[in-house]
Amino acid sequence: MVKPSFSDEIANLLHASHGNPLKTCIQCGTCSGTCPVVDYMDHTPRRIIGMIRANLKDEVLASNTFWYCASCYHCTVRCPAQIDIAETMYALKRYSIWKHVHQEGLVGPTFSETFVKTILRSGRSFEPILATSYLFSAGVRELIQEAVTGTKMMLKGRLPMLPPRIKRLDNFKRMVSRVIPLEAE
Amino acid sequence: MMKEYAYFPGCSLEQIGLSYHQSSIETTKKLGVELKELEDWNCCGATTYFHVDELLAYALCARNLAMAEKDGLDLVAPCSACYKNSYFTNKYLKEDPDLAEHINYALEEDNLSFSGQIEVKHLIEVFVHDVGFDEIRNNVSKPLEGLRVAPYYGCQILRPKKDDEDVEQAEYFEELLSAIGAEPIPYPLKLKCCGGSLLISNRIAALSMVRNLLQNAEENGAAVIATACPMCQVNLECYQQQVNQEFGTRFSVPVVYFTQLMGLALGIPGKKLGIGKEIVAATPLAPYAT
Repeated sequence: MVKPSFSDEIANLLHASHGNPLKTCIQCGTCSGTCPVVDYMDHTPRRIIGMIRANLKDEVLASNTFWYCASCYHCTVRCPAQIDIAETMYALKRYSIWKHVHQEGLVGPTFSETFVKTILRSGRSFEPILATSYLFSAGVRELIQEAVTGTKMMLKGRLPMLPPRIKRLDNFKRMVSRVIPLEAE
Repeated sequence: MMKEYAYFPGCSLEQIGLSYHQSSIETTKKLGVELKELEDWNCCGATTYFHVDELLAYALCARNLAMAEKDGLDLVAPCSACYKNSYFTNKYLKEDPDLAEHINYALEEDNLSFSGQIEVKHLIEVFVHDVGFDEIRNNVSKPLEGLRVAPYYGCQILRPKKDDEDVEQAEYFEELLSAIGAEPIPYPLKLKCCGGSLLISNRIAALSMVRNLLQNAEENGAAVIATACPMCQVNLECYQQQVNQEFGTRFSVPVVYFTQLMGLALGIPGKKLGIGKEIVAATPLAPYAT
């Protein structure tokens, strides 16, 4: 049996995507020119696609590029080869979480997992809990700024005090466990 | 005849975007549209479900869709992220019977099933397409004359592309603002992302995206920015002070929901529209709120 290449693995993760396969990329750079976060990325989206095709697995997984994708889909709607680039970034995030491999110090992976766990526990999102994934990496100044913003919002009655939950939570949890196994609480 | 929809407010509208919820209910009621809140709806997963597991993301969105189907009503979401997730889950499940079968196996646990009988709409589409500009114009009692508004579309109302609509030069937000007598200003960055999903994971990138949007609105003489998404609203308004601290700017641009502007033009008192919950005071609206 031949082990699939990294490029094949990512292509397989995109099987449900409605765009064209990554191998149709013409390396034109429209995605990189469109991306609003490109200045903060280790590698531009164009380059990441090239790196996937060259099977540079370690370099791709070590980059912040896909974790910094804002999911704005601007690259996707403009790609002349009709590749769903934003969906590719999602696929890389899933692959990275699944393999437990990502760049040191990134908040994105922890945040995503906290968010999903919160929802699976109650059926709804609750902002104050989500902020906890941020506490470990933020600097003092950022934390103070965040606290000031939070206080202002609370004074205007815009922050919830108690976590909301759906009514049919037991059914909901059984439904989820038919898709993915849930850890015991 | 009264138009009726299954209303999926989403988590943000419960508190952070409460004024969006209030103004959505008030304006639709005034225009003969009933939003019947989905009983026991769950979170759409924002962007993060899709980071973890794709099937799970579809299952959770499908639960809301199946409940709307049970009521025999099209689903309406005021939040762009809820809308995008619900819209594409609905589309993919309709197109892929194997996927639908898999998801239906999970939905059985909540006595629900998806059969692909309904459509998903964003609230602004209900006003633009289903109610229509003429009907809106006919109901305006206090046109917002002279109010210069930056129409901020953001990302996920328009993208990804759905059919053959123009995703680069949308104009319906401007037309809606004109219908209520306001003055939509040219806003070149109106389709650019606000960075909402990055606020926690890449704060400085998100703040710089907010800065660009505020600056562009200010340069074009906006009195207020209008949004159609709670994430965009919170990002542009509540983080304005942090932008100022980070970049040494002095922005003070009110950011309101398009439904709040519509409500004022329809003669609904500001308080009922949640006006007054702003962190950057919406003073330019004062002359229209009396």
